[in-house]
Amino acid sequence: MKTYDSNDRYIKELDDGKREIALSTDDIHVSYGIHEAIHGVSLAFERYKITALIGASGSGKSTYLRSLNRMNDNISGTKVTGKIMYRGIDVNGDDVDVYEMRKHIGMVFQQPNPFAKSIYDNITFALKRHGEKNKKVLDEIVETTLKQAGLWNQVKDDLHQSALALSGGQAQRLCIARAIAMKPDILLLDEPAAVLDPISTATLEETLMELKEHYTIIIVTHNMQQAGRISDYTAFFHLGDALEYDETRKIFTRPKIQATEDYVSGHFG
Amino acid sequence: MNNDEIRVSLLKRSRASKNERWGKLISGACITIIIGVVVSIFYFVASKGLATFFEDKVNLWKFLTGTVWNPSAKDAQGNPQLGALPMIVGSFSVTFLAAIIATPFAIGAAVFMTEISPRLGKKVLQPVIELLVGIPSVVYGFIGLSVVVPFVRHLFGGSGFGILSGTFVLFVMILPTVTSMTVDALNAVPRAYREASLALGATRWQTIYKVVLRASISGIITAVVFGMSRAFGEALAVQMVIGNAMLLPQNLISPASTLTSVLTMGMGNSVMGSLSNNALWSLALLLLIMPLIFNILIRWIGKKGAMRS
Amino acid sequence: MTPRKWDKVATVVLYMISIFIIFVLAFLLLYILITGLPHVSWHFITGKSSSFQAGGGIGVQLFNSIYLLVLAMIISVPLSLGAGIWLSEYAPKNWVTSLIRNAIEILSSLPSVVVGLFGFLVFSIQMNFGFSILSGALALTVFNLPLLTRKVEDSLQAIHYTQREAGYALGLSRWETVIHVVVPAALPGIITGMILGMGRIFGEAAALIYTAGQSSPPLDFSNWNPLYIASPLNPMRSAETLAVHIWKINSEGIIPDATQVSAASSAVLVLFVLLLNFLARYVGNRLYAHLTGVKERN
Repeated sequence: MKTYDSNDRYIKELDDGKREIALSTDDIHVSYGIHEAIHGVSLAFERYKITALIGASGSGKSTYLRSLNRMNDNISGTKVTGKIMYRGIDVNGDDVDVYEMRKHIGMVFQQPNPFAKSIYDNITFALKRHGEKNKKVLDEIVETTLKQAGLWNQVKDDLHQSALALSGGQAQRLCIARAIAMKPDILLLDEPAAVLDPISTATLEETLMELKEHYTIIIVTHNMQQAGRISDYTAFFHLGDALEYDETRKIFTRPKIQATEDYVSGHFG
Repeated sequence: MNNDEIRVSLLKRSRASKNERWGKLISGACITIIIGVVVSIFYFVASKGLATFFEDKVNLWKFLTGTVWNPSAKDAQGNPQLGALPMIVGSFSVTFLAAIIATPFAIGAAVFMTEISPRLGKKVLQPVIELLVGIPSVVYGFIGLSVVVPFVRHLFGGSGFGILSGTFVLFVMILPTVTSMTVDALNAVPRAYREASLALGATRWQTIYKVVLRASISGIITAVVFGMSRAFGEALAVQMVIGNAMLLPQNLISPASTLTSVLTMGMGNSVMGSLSNNALWSLALLLLIMPLIFNILIRWIGKKGAMRS
Repeated sequence: MTPRKWDKVATVVLYMISIFIIFVLAFLLLYILITGLPHVSWHFITGKSSSFQAGGGIGVQLFNSIYLLVLAMIISVPLSLGAGIWLSEYAPKNWVTSLIRNAIEILSSLPSVVVGLFGFLVFSIQMNFGFSILSGALALTVFNLPLLTRKVEDSLQAIHYTQREAGYALGLSRWETVIHVVVPAALPGIITGMILGMGRIFGEAAALIYTAGQSSPPLDFSNWNPLYIASPLNPMRSAETLAVHIWKINSEGIIPDATQVSAASSAVLVLFVLLLNFLARYVGNRLYAHLTGVKERN
């Protein structure tokens, strides 16, 4: 494997006052025990845009994404240092209520993971736990979120059937509906199309393009065509560092870093 | 929600985090109770059982090797006659004999279920074994009493009560447990081993005997030791067929007794705190320690097996 | 002999062993049912037992067994759920946890007679509950807890980690996620384990002879106030269960029809346990189908 100089980077400064920033990180380090997986990543994410995180396996893009809503907190031995600024608050701080924070920063995972409950309950269950009891409101949320996720027409007659009977693509769209039912600001997607067939993937991409009108989306993907098709910004990760961060079309046409160029042109490694 | 509201809510302790604290507390309390039970079992039984030696000054060696159990009488030197050897021998005899008979049957049945006919194994033998595990021990004892004891009497003479009857009953009782653990051990042998052996032209039996059984030997031994631990602690079924005579067993068909049978018979007939009662608690302590020893043995075998493979 | 012949011989022997085991079960069941069932009648199931004469029933014993079973489950189900959840979800990976796991394993390997003696010492004598349903139920709980806890932990562990992540990502606490997502998904396994545990409790005698006692006081089945001394529900009265009854009439051998009564009682006991076995399978499969919308569990 070719070695690249990790000091050779280009990180576009988005936080220049001209754009609205939904979330930014400052010098994020993630370590498992003594092994450090992320070596200080500072990125800012623009509101109502899709940002793609790309890079080879083990580059740390998923680990970074999972630290944004502190999902790594649940893995014992994991330490995340640095600042994650959201609405003027460092949500990585100890004084922040992690459960409250996750309501604002939602997540969809690689493996579709609907609950072993009905489709309807999958979407309303967390809302009910958070205090929404009005049946009418819940019905409405189920309908709108399923429509937004592009699943409504297929399941509207089976809302009370088990969600485990759905196909992979349908299940993943249900998970998206479930996540946006919380009305988050930011949606983190960890390779959401990794286990889907091409047709389901295409539908999912359409859905994401529509969702960015209301949500700031950060998506990890292995699929560079996908990153090119749907994202506004792209960050290239390599061995625990973000080496290049820029507008997507620049990353894919005129990358500034050799490593990025090699990766997007397929000459990597 | 505007920015300020969100900031306030982010910095406040949410309902979820209060709920989380409760959950941790409740589940932690449950596990603490169980651990408390384990500790108090050891504490209470040990403090009672050791009183025989520390308060009543009974010699431990004499207790373990003496052959006369008669707590109310004293021997020539004026010491109480507390010899637990007859029960210890009785307990170990039925345990080992039952394990010796059960092992080939268990291995045979397990080999059948995994290697010869997995279909029949799953459809027929599996449920049969589960049902055998489910039959309560007093039912085994009752059948032992009304079938095995007369059978032994008819065959070998004597009363029919004794170690042989106890062995038969325990054999049937531990057979399902040992079998199903052996099945697990055989299933853990990688498929590739069998295929490699068969591909080299070995017959099915050669493959089973030379490859599968050798590869799973530590798992099989673990199963047998586990069965022995069960047999050692079984009380009522054995008590019903062993004859309950506190004599050193001379043969397999004379009435004998085990630690468990003496305890079930004697505990109600002695006064708390008396020497004969304390002596019974010493037997209970022995019964408490034995599963520990079996447990350590199982672990040790498991480690050896893991090192070899 | 050639290897091929050995192979044939071995196969025949293995078939014979398997047939032998099936034969043993068939013999046990047939013996109990053939000697016992003719004796089972409505009068037998509901009637009072007799101490000396033939013709006694098992009504009180059956009631005691069921009552003890219910009480023991009421205590042990929540405890084992909590403990199983702690082990599966909260236990840190360190030596304390492994010590706790070992302690539970040791508890499950203790002979039931030791559990009974512990119950006698602590519940009946130290706590002064005497020979009572309460002492018995507590002893059965001790007997039942380690296996149920283990079953709960295993069932929870079988639920994939992504299910928990889904809950956390929606801003739910770990506890909420476990109670409302993981436990419901693990319910088929948990319920199956609980029902099998019920079968074990129902047939247990050694843990009860010195806790619940070996006799029952005269009961007044018209008064269901648990505080009333002769009430069947009074938890402080002694209670001989069906399993203890079988043991006792065989050990003492006073009543002339001991064999028939034992066989009939055994038949009732075994049928009950069989019923629980089938129920465990049925309920487990039904729940699984209900949860997943899938017809059959493999």
